[in-house]
Amino acid sequence: MGTPLASSIVGTGSRASPPRAALNRYAADTAFATFVALLMAFLYIPIWVLIIFSFNDSRSLTWPLSGFTLDWYVKLWNNQQLLDAIGNSFYVASCATVLTLLVGVPAALALHRINFPGKKLFRRLVVLPITLPGVVTGISMLNLFRLLGFNLSLETVILGHATALLAVVVTQVSARLERLPKSLEEASADLGASPVHTFFHITLPNIRSAVIGAGLLSFVLSFDEIPVTFFLTGRDNTLPMYIYSTMRRGVTPEINAVGTLIVLFSLVLIILAVIANREKRL
Amino acid sequence: MSPIRDRAIGVAVFGVPLLWITVFMLLPYAIIFTYSFWTKQYPTFVPGFQFGNYLALFVDPQYFRVLMRTLKVSLLVSLFAFLLAYPFAYYLALRCKSSALRTWLYLAVIAPLWVSYLLRAYVWKTILGTEGILNSFLMNVGVLSEPSDIFLYNQFAMVVTLTYIFIPFMVMPIYTALEKIPRNLIEASSDLGMRPIPTFLRIILPLSMPGVAAGFTMTFCLTFGDFVAPFLVGGPDGNLVANVIVTQFGTALNWPMGSALAIFVLVIVLAVLSLSDRVERRYSPKET
Repeated sequence: MGTPLASSIVGTGSRASPPRAALNRYAADTAFATFVALLMAFLYIPIWVLIIFSFNDSRSLTWPLSGFTLDWYVKLWNNQQLLDAIGNSFYVASCATVLTLLVGVPAALALHRINFPGKKLFRRLVVLPITLPGVVTGISMLNLFRLLGFNLSLETVILGHATALLAVVVTQVSARLERLPKSLEEASADLGASPVHTFFHITLPNIRSAVIGAGLLSFVLSFDEIPVTFFLTGRDNTLPMYIYSTMRRGVTPEINAVGTLIVLFSLVLIILAVIANREKRL
Repeated sequence: MSPIRDRAIGVAVFGVPLLWITVFMLLPYAIIFTYSFWTKQYPTFVPGFQFGNYLALFVDPQYFRVLMRTLKVSLLVSLFAFLLAYPFAYYLALRCKSSALRTWLYLAVIAPLWVSYLLRAYVWKTILGTEGILNSFLMNVGVLSEPSDIFLYNQFAMVVTLTYIFIPFMVMPIYTALEKIPRNLIEASSDLGMRPIPTFLRIILPLSMPGVAAGFTMTFCLTFGDFVAPFLVGGPDGNLVANVIVTQFGTALNWPMGSALAIFVLVIVLAVLSLSDRVERRYSPKET
């Protein structure tokens, strides 16, 4: 091995490295490629299973497939409870997203800009729900609402989601603020702009894509949320809660049909997020 | 910038989030913390200050067994997610030569996060069930002559399902950590004659530890408090702590016990967080 550095970069090049090293490298590459392919299969086969069985012409989810049908989708369309649940979910997710952004963006700004006693604790508390299971948030807020005498409703769910999602907004927006040069805001202030003016004309445009990204993610997470909703909802169900209660009664291709639509919807949102992300790099 | 005006605006901007956090996080935690010392007295509860509920966690086999099972499942899920995520993240960060392929593979791994969590758990129920797709497939192919019930409603099913769900949380931080490792360190090691495996063990692995710690934290904590996957695929002996919490606040009507369990989960999460902080600090480069 004349130049180990060169051979490690050139890799399989037969020039400098002895055949055994090249062979090892080839074997390692093949092993990695196989591993990646298997992992992809593990991640995506279940999703395809979900989709394929939503078109299968049989009540039971068994192999082999028996035939193609759109019946399950037609059934969805006629299921009023499900349609109500979808409506509720849109309501909850939109309100929770707006609320969490209204509280989360100022929280991120405060953490970035101001020093105050207990700042470390505050930061820890805000981001805690990322790792804290929803059950804890759910039951602790349930107890608060019971103590205050609130009736459980979609609105209590919104408060719960907004609280749990603050963590997402604060981490994403903080990360962006940290990369923002301080000089921009200082220049704006030096030129006589008020802090409010500076926020709307300098800071906000610069963190816009992070705010949009955090908003999208919050929306998806809220739309999909179960543990907090489970404790905080009253008589109305959100979509995941409706699906969850249907699952208690057993497995049906109707769930696969809803699932397929959710996968489609998520795909659209992923594409939106990728576009928002691309803008960030410019 | 006048410091006084700055301060006034700071207080204004900061007031809402502070109020929100106090009312919707601190206060609720304080409430369940208080309840956890109360006692159940059917059909309600009486205020008190006793550690009976906490003691029961460790003494009463009905709770202790669930705690141990939760701990075991969380550790197994974190371990398997790590074993699958690390080689993948390693390949992406250090071996994949095409940056387009890298972007696509990374997206492909985190995309499932955007697909409903509930559905990802549900689909395993349909795959692993006695009447499920795996069984009917194996029978169709001729491997099995009658459906087997070994796949669903046990800890195996729970570990597979939760590993499947949490892989993205493991890949993301490990990939980020591996990407941050300066390439010249790896090159230097190989220039100095170190073989790839020692280079990996002595340079790459330690430097990626902060990512591993973050991934473990997410996976472990979220598994520890999950009640959906155990409900769907865990079976009668598959209850985890969160399922017991649900029961205490539901049919069992024992809020004090449920609160003690929730505080226990909170403490475990905080402990794991501070442990992972320590790991991160220990393995982080000293400068910067």
